[in-house]
Amino acid sequence: MPQNEYIERFTKQHGRRFDHEERARKKAAREAHHASEKSQNLRGFRAKMYQQQRHKEKIQMKKQIKQQEEKNVKGNEPAAPSSTPLPSYLLDRSNETNAKALSSAIKNKRQEKAAKFSVPLPKVRGIAEEEMFKVVKTGKKTAKKSWKRMITKPTFVGPDFTRRPVKYERFIRPMGLRYKKANVTHPELGVTVQLPIISVKKNPQNPMYTQLGVLTKGTIIEVNVSELGLVTAGGKVVWGRWAQITNNCENDGCVNAVLLV
Amino acid sequence: MATVLPPPSKRQKTSEATRAREQVAAPAAVPEGLQRIQFRDADTGEPHGPVVTVSLADLDPKNLSLLLNSLLGHTDPTERLPYRFYNPIGEGEFNQDEVIKAYVQGKVTTELQLDIPCRAEAVFKVKAVTRCSASISGHGESILTTAFSPGSSSRLATGSGDNTARIWDCDTGTPMHTLKGHTGWVLAVAWSPDDGILATGSMDNTVRLWDPKTGTPLGGALKGHTKWITSICWEPYHLRETGRPRLASASRDFTVRIWDAVSKHTDMALTGHKASVSCVKWGGAGEGGTIYTASHDRTVKLWDARKGTLLHTLSSHAHWVNHLALSTDHVLRTGFHDHKGKKEIPDTVEGKRAKALERYKAATLPAHGVERLVTASDDCTIYLWEPSKSTKPLARLIGHQKQVNHVTFSPDGTTIASAGFDNHVKLWNAADGKYLHTLRGHVGAVYMVAFSPDSRLLVSGSKDTTLKAWEVRTGKLAENLPGHKDQVFAVDWSPDGERVGSGGQDKAVRIWRH
Repeated sequence: MPQNEYIERFTKQHGRRFDHEERARKKAAREAHHASEKSQNLRGFRAKMYQQQRHKEKIQMKKQIKQQEEKNVKGNEPAAPSSTPLPSYLLDRSNETNAKALSSAIKNKRQEKAAKFSVPLPKVRGIAEEEMFKVVKTGKKTAKKSWKRMITKPTFVGPDFTRRPVKYERFIRPMGLRYKKANVTHPELGVTVQLPIISVKKNPQNPMYTQLGVLTKGTIIEVNVSELGLVTAGGKVVWGRWAQITNNCENDGCVNAVLLV
Repeated sequence: MATVLPPPSKRQKTSEATRAREQVAAPAAVPEGLQRIQFRDADTGEPHGPVVTVSLADLDPKNLSLLLNSLLGHTDPTERLPYRFYNPIGEGEFNQDEVIKAYVQGKVTTELQLDIPCRAEAVFKVKAVTRCSASISGHGESILTTAFSPGSSSRLATGSGDNTARIWDCDTGTPMHTLKGHTGWVLAVAWSPDDGILATGSMDNTVRLWDPKTGTPLGGALKGHTKWITSICWEPYHLRETGRPRLASASRDFTVRIWDAVSKHTDMALTGHKASVSCVKWGGAGEGGTIYTASHDRTVKLWDARKGTLLHTLSSHAHWVNHLALSTDHVLRTGFHDHKGKKEIPDTVEGKRAKALERYKAATLPAHGVERLVTASDDCTIYLWEPSKSTKPLARLIGHQKQVNHVTFSPDGTTIASAGFDNHVKLWNAADGKYLHTLRGHVGAVYMVAFSPDSRLLVSGSKDTTLKAWEVRTGKLAENLPGHKDQVFAVDWSPDGERVGSGGQDKAVRIWRH
């Protein structure tokens, strides 16, 4: 039994000192003074460590305060008259999700046929092979022939991907630059949802990049929209939908995309 | 030269050979035996006809139906009624094999008489709707509510988000009248049971009355509510004072108001609910009728329609009560109109009233002469009540996994259908609240269900843009009806069974037919 549990057992058996509450209160009251003294007087590395710790504490504190404030807010603000007409049985329900708005907006958009073939980013910056690939020079033979490449851009690999044996692996897609999810925005509504990527449909740079699953600005990807609950005219659930990447993922560390509607 | 068929392929030959090799199993021998049977009404238990002796081999539902009809003297083929037989030994439908099995095991013998429960079904048969006969555009915004005229299936009224209600001619698929006047979305429409007045309730806190024949307003708006109208219900025809029809409107302002449709004044205001009143129904129980209201304050209240006093408060629900239905809803809605059409409607008011009362009494028979009530709630449960006997629920129907939005009795009062946000429709036995079937198929929340007037079919409208028609007896999908481009908010089956009308967010009214 570790030592602290002995202490707990003791308090259970015999109780605490009679002045325990008062001592605890006083200690808590002194806490602020201690903190102030430390932050004023500590120097050098200790001061740095202390500031770091204090910073984290303050973040936690602010989060807690915010939670508390949210709790205090009176629920059920008067049902704002939504812009779309709803039957009386849906009127007071606040759980009308963004997804539904998304789906109907998509449907409205689809009726305007002209918008069918336009993509949000019609032009992309060309990326040279030198920028895309880094020559791998590890090992004697590899270095001599330099046939191995490392992809320097973010990639998407399927869920069942396994790397090939070293001897046959011509393109290395680094683990740290692989992405499974994209932040997909609906252009009209400005609703952003994080959705799993299903596949890379088209990389405008090069068909080979499409095969490799490279994610650069302007790439068309297919995302899984099943959780949004979109349905086809026949009443089937829509699963995949295309989106175009809008940011330079290699600089930002995330994949942002707009839904093609 | 005649064409010579190619020789059979190897697969054909082997399958032929195996078929020839296998002996055809002889049909199971039905033991020789006679059985004394007595037909009894499934609801009341009253005997139909004398005790008869039938051989076991002839004991199938088709023969029984013929036998029962001839025992009751329906010899003319035109006056024969379709009957449905139930299992005398166990649960469910009548099954010849089970009776034979029981006979072999000695549970029933020639000496004992077998009571076979039977129930007459609707004499007319509604065919499942299979196709969209018309998609009529006209509304500028989503369609929020729809109702067929009680008199015929050729008139449909819809209320929409473009502040108008419209009356459609379903025979030709054209708009007839546009009812302009409201300044907010039209949330509720209701035809009076005699087909003479249409009432619409709106987001602008008013109720308006219209003449459906000419499309003209009958007076101005009925003002009084301070929030929008959620539901409207007319007084049952047989309880109506001559020349003074009344209607009840439920509102978000926690009150229900009873209006005199002629003088356009508030007759009574029923206050007592502590939250939005979600549904109001005017039942025929008691002296001058009973008004049932369901509210978001978790209670269902019963009011005396004559005096306006509170009779009972039914509080078992743990969350909002979304909808309520009466076992007599169908007859109260249609009044003196029945499946026989216009020529059978009596000429005099007394005759009409007598007919409406007679239909009402017939509708209460499955529940032994009283009105039953079923309520659907956000707590994922449904309660079945018999308020004239007890304020405790008869049964608690559990099974839905999300909020239950809509619930309805079949016109014959034997089945309850409920639609939930968990994408399922569930069927329940109205007699004891036992679970019957789950109708799976929708991939979005189901908003509304409607029975066909013969109670054999059900149609459901859903957020997934489709309507689906279901067979009630088997719980199987009868017909999938895609076509709407967006979610379906409102669906109604016409009282004569000919058409289904639906409307939703895609702004088009669709009429479905066989």
